[in-house]
Order: sequence, then C-alpha cells, then structure tokens
Amino acid sequence: MSVGAPAPTVAAGTPPPGDRSAPAGPPAGRRPRRIALLPSAVLLLGALYCLIPVTWVLIASTKAGRELFSTFTFLPGTGLWGNISDLSAYRDGVYWTWMANSALYAGVGALLSTAVSAFAGYALAMYRFRGRESIFNVLLAGVLMPPVILAVPQYLLMAQVGLAGTRWSVLLPVVLSPYGIYLARIYAAAAVPRDVVESGRIDGAGEWRIFRSIGLPMMLPGLVTVFLFQFVAIWNNFLLPYIMLSDDERFPITLGLFTLLNQGASAPALYTLVITGSLLAILPLIALFLVIQRFWSLDLLSGAVKS
Amino acid sequence: MNHRAVAVCTAALVSAVALTGCGGDSGGNGGSSSDASGPITLEYWAWAPGLEQAVALWNEANPDVRVVVKNQAGGDDLVTRVVTAAQAGEAPDLVQAEYQALPTLISNDVLADISDHLEGTGTAEEFSEGLWQQVTLGTDALYAIPQDSGPLMFYYRHDLFEEYGLEVPTTWDEFADTARALRDAAPDRYLTTFSAQDAGLFAGLSQQAGAQWWTTEGESWRVAIDDEPTRRVAEFWGGLVAEDAIHNEPMYTPAWNQALNTGEQIAWVSAVWAPGVLASSAEDTAGQWAVAPLPQWEAGGNATGSWGGSTTAVTNDSDHAEAAAKFAAWINTDPEALATMVREGGIYPAATAAQTGDALAEPPAFFADQPDFYEIAAGVAEGTAPAAWGPNVNVAYSTFNDAFGSAASARSDFGAALAEVQNATVADLERQGFRVAG
Repeated sequence: MSVGAPAPTVAAGTPPPGDRSAPAGPPAGRRPRRIALLPSAVLLLGALYCLIPVTWVLIASTKAGRELFSTFTFLPGTGLWGNISDLSAYRDGVYWTWMANSALYAGVGALLSTAVSAFAGYALAMYRFRGRESIFNVLLAGVLMPPVILAVPQYLLMAQVGLAGTRWSVLLPVVLSPYGIYLARIYAAAAVPRDVVESGRIDGAGEWRIFRSIGLPMMLPGLVTVFLFQFVAIWNNFLLPYIMLSDDERFPITLGLFTLLNQGASAPALYTLVITGSLLAILPLIALFLVIQRFWSLDLLSGAVKS
Repeated sequence: MNHRAVAVCTAALVSAVALTGCGGDSGGNGGSSSDASGPITLEYWAWAPGLEQAVALWNEANPDVRVVVKNQAGGDDLVTRVVTAAQAGEAPDLVQAEYQALPTLISNDVLADISDHLEGTGTAEEFSEGLWQQVTLGTDALYAIPQDSGPLMFYYRHDLFEEYGLEVPTTWDEFADTARALRDAAPDRYLTTFSAQDAGLFAGLSQQAGAQWWTTEGESWRVAIDDEPTRRVAEFWGGLVAEDAIHNEPMYTPAWNQALNTGEQIAWVSAVWAPGVLASSAEDTAGQWAVAPLPQWEAGGNATGSWGGSTTAVTNDSDHAEAAAKFAAWINTDPEALATMVREGGIYPAATAAQTGDALAEPPAFFADQPDFYEIAAGVAEGTAPAAWGPNVNVAYSTFNDAFGSAASARSDFGAALAEVQNATVADLERQGFRVAG
C-alpha cells in the first residue's frame, strides 16, 4: 500500500507534455488542460489519503511516551531509539520472535502457494481435460469468497485433525490461493504460446521438462506478482492466526501487536510500543517490494514470439 | 516424470502431518495425560501482566501440576475466541474472564461448575459478598474465582481544588454543586467529563445506585436497565451535561489526555487502577492528585460500583478440572502469589485479605503524597455493590455507546437513550432464543 502510493504523485506533478499530442488537438484550447487538472487533483488527494497515515506512523514512532499525545502531531519526537530498545526488551524480545514468525508464515506460505498456483495455473491453461472448466469455475467462486468467512470453518477442521494451535494451522490454509491460481492461469494462457510448447513436444521433451524449461521462465513475472500478493496478504493476515493460535511464541506480528494493545482495563495500552512495532513491521514489506520490483520489467522481454 | 512430482508432493505432505503429530501437541487436552499418576499440564489463557511470575511460584511448589500461561489479547475478543475454541473442543483448561463475560461463557456451555472441587476449602470467605455473587450468579454453582476488582473512587487534583476553594464532594448533590462552582470560578475548566464511550463506568455508577441490570427469574431473564436506580444515574449525569457543568467528550482520547495533563479537567471518577492510567496519560501532574471515596446517593453511605476486574475460570474441556480449580483458588488467594501480581502487574486483588496486605502498603508512585491510598481503597472496596450481568452485555454496551454518544453530544435527554439500551438488549436476548420475563 505504502509503496504503490508514490506513483500518483509523479503523475500529479506538472501537466504531462504528452497531453499536447492527445487526439483532442490544439483547437480545443483549454479543454484538455482542465481535464488533466481534475484527475491530477483527485490523484493528489488519493496520494495524500494514502500517505498521511504512513507519515503519522513514521513520526509518532519517534515520540517518547510523554510526547505522543502532548506534542503537535507532525512534529518529530526524540524517542525513536528508546522506543525500539523498549520494544526489544519487552518480555525478553518476544517482538522479534513475532517478526520471525511472520517472516516464516509469509515467506514459506507465499512460496508454497506460488508453487501450487504455478502448477495449477499452467495445467489449467495448457491442458484440455474433462472438468477443466468446472474446476476453474469453482476456483473463481473461491476468488469471490473473502478468506475471513472461511477462518472459523478452517479452525474447526484443523481442530478435527489435531493441528489447531500449531504452525501448520496457519500455513496450510494459505497454500491454496484461488486468486493465485486464477492469476497464474490467465498469465500462462497469455504468456506461454502454444506453438512453443508444441515445438518442445516435437523435439521430444517430456511435459515436466517443458513446464520447467519453457513454461516456468515465461510465467516468472506473473508468479512474482502472485508471490508478492500472497506475501503481503499473509503478512497482514490477522483473523486466521488469531483463531488458530493460542501460544504467543507462535504469534505473527499482527497478533502480537494486538495483544500489546489489549492488556485489560487496568493496564494502559502500550501505544508507543505498538506504533514503533507497526513501523518496523512494514519495513520488510517495503524492502521486499523494492527488491522484487525489477522482475516485473521482464514482462516484455520474456514472452515474445513473432507470429 | 509427472508421477515423480506427484509422489514427492504427497511425501512432503505426509511427513508434514507426521511432524506435527510429534511436535505440535498444544498440551492440556491431549488424551495421553489422562493418567492420574503422571504430571499433568494445564493450559491457561490470560492477559494480566505479572501472571507468569505468580504461576512460576505454583510450578515450583507443584511439580505434578504444571501450569502454562499463554498470553492473549484481553477483553471481549477473547470471549469470542474461547467460545470458538470450546466449539472445537480445544478450549484451554483455565481462562481469564471479566466478570461481565461470565454469563456469556456459561450460556455457551464453556465454563465448568467447580463448586464440588472447592467444597469445604473456605474459598468463599476470602472475597467480599458482592464479588462472590458475580461468580456464582446467585446460584449454588461456582463458575470462576475472582482475581482482581475495580471499585470506583473519586480522583481529584488537590492543588486545584485548594486553589479554587472547592470541597471534596461526599454526595452526588455536592458533586454537582462542585462542578457548577468550578465553572463559575474558572470558565475554562471542567470538573470532569461524561464519557459515552465507557459503558463499563456507567454500569459501575448504576450498581452503586442499586441497579441490577440482568437477573434470572426461573428459566427466564429479566432486564432492568431502564429502571429506577439507573434512570436516576442517567438523569443526574444528563442534567450536568445539559447545563454544561461537566464536559461531554469521551475519555481515553488524546484530547482527554491533554485535558488531564493541563488541568482543563480536574477530577476523574474512576476505578482503583486509575493511577496506572493517570501516570501514562497525565504524566506532568504526578503528585498533584488525591483520592477520596466515591460520592454517595445517601449521605453517610459507603456504596460503590465496579469498573473492570476479572476472574479465573475452569472450562468444560479440561481433563483435570479438579487440579485446575485448586490452582484457580490458589492463585487468587495465596498471599505470595497475589503480592507477586500486585508488584509485577499492578493489579488490585479481589481477595479481601490481600487488599490490606504488605504488597499494598505503599501507595502507587503517582500518588506518593497519599500514604493511605490503599487504606481508602480497601474501605471503599468493602462497600462494593453486587453486579448482575447477563449473556449479552456486549449488545447493551454497544447500544449504550451509540445512544448515549448522540445524547451527550447533543446535550439532550439521557432518559430516551436509556430506554433505547433497554429495548435493544431485550430484543437481542429474544432473538438469541432466551426467554425474557416482564
């Protein structure tokens, strides 16, 4: 979210020179300008809307406890290092355990679910078999189903097989991502030309070899997207781990911060710790986006077949 | 090749399940520990800070019954969580539950009746009658052991009271006069605020006036939110808000912190745990606060209500209900355990003996000038009125927030808002399938 936001600001700067060559042409005079102004203003507002809360977190995390509610909102405070060391010291550094748990759930979960999406999406796009469309339709229905309403049934199922409360109970439900499979299928259908697959078969390659050497590289940008989506979704997931887990050594960061906020009526909420914790929790996401972003530009190069 | 991939995947899945089988036992509910002679493990979901240190004392003294605390987020959400877990048969052996959550947990068949396990131990005598009645719901059963309580008191800025020549009010009439006198003397200050976002405080004030919001009558519930005592409380506060004698903004907001810190509000009706909150939200005013008993409806009375407080309960899913019940009684009555929780977590113990014990000999640091802080508190706690909770406190509370929120900001009649809370609560009980009398 925070990373996607800067784009509109760029667009919202000065009216882009490209506008002049727009089909409307010079006779319209001021009209194209006015049209460009309105969207720019809207986008600028949108960017502000997205960025202000992030800025707030950034600035609030620099404030020591006494400054938090007493100084001006957007005035940086003096307590950032104090907050971070308080957070690290809280219950012997349980925060970093939560961070590691989140990394485990999001990293392994997103990898597994990307792999499943790649297999399933490729198969659905490349092979014709009976029931293909009905499987795909079921998946589509799954895309429309918010994961939130599945959390409780999933908990009851996990409890049946004795997995509730374990790390698997958080990992297994996220492995199968209908949206990821859907995206992978659409992407495979568009990016992996049948001709290439056919020529691979004629050259005597097995299906697995074709998938690995031809399909997978061509699907890579799509799979990166699936991975990122899943990673962010699992990292930010709250309800599933909340229902599944009871041992705070296994909590992901979302759940851990929630326990810091709800300490019962008699103990004041640990606002500064939660705010600093939230800031630190979005840093890995930003880093991930920056690192992985470059894979997206492969798009144009990887799937080109002249026909 | 295809087949091999499938085989690998299957193998991975199978080993995953097997792995979990060995390593993932969450303890407590496992069938393996039903053997009476071996050491058993009790799982305890709780949020109170300092609890772990007290549990460590138990584990040292009782190697056969090990208690494992699993820290949870406190409050209403934990109730939902526990009910869900109980539906799957996965509830822990012990849970921390607030007083008002007990009927919800009991009506969902989550809590075990532990009265048999504690028969003849005299646990009941350790607590004031008002608290004990909340964990028995007035029946012969026993569903939980009180842990901490939150008797209401009156906190005020002694320096500003002196400056404006105000007397500490002992009755609510004096309270109203004090509020008006302050407005006259210092138009930019308020005595306090009425917070429409804190239904728990309003419930406590109503208990002081004698309200019994939920009672049972045979097999049906009787809801008396819109009755004489509560109406009296609502009209009193509504009147003060309407004439602008007190503020009408909610508590626990940055603006409220600011108001306490700068002396824009100079008093706070709150529970015994208030020093902790004041220390974090009004840090600059350390040493300038004092505490007094809550103003009374009848001059010379000693009644108060409660705000907050929690219990330790045993669930029906526990295989070792007796051991769990013994532990629950121990942690909430043992002087050393309670002293540890007071020291580490700052709780106010429910057990009467502990309220005057050594652990509370010193006043809270924020009230360093008032050495008799806990003596006053113990005196107030004696008069704690019994509270009567029902299975849908959450509905009543959220309706309260909406109805009183708009009434407070419009400075309009609180009576209509109270009727709304009553109607919504009754309607919800009926919708849930409870029988409602009257």
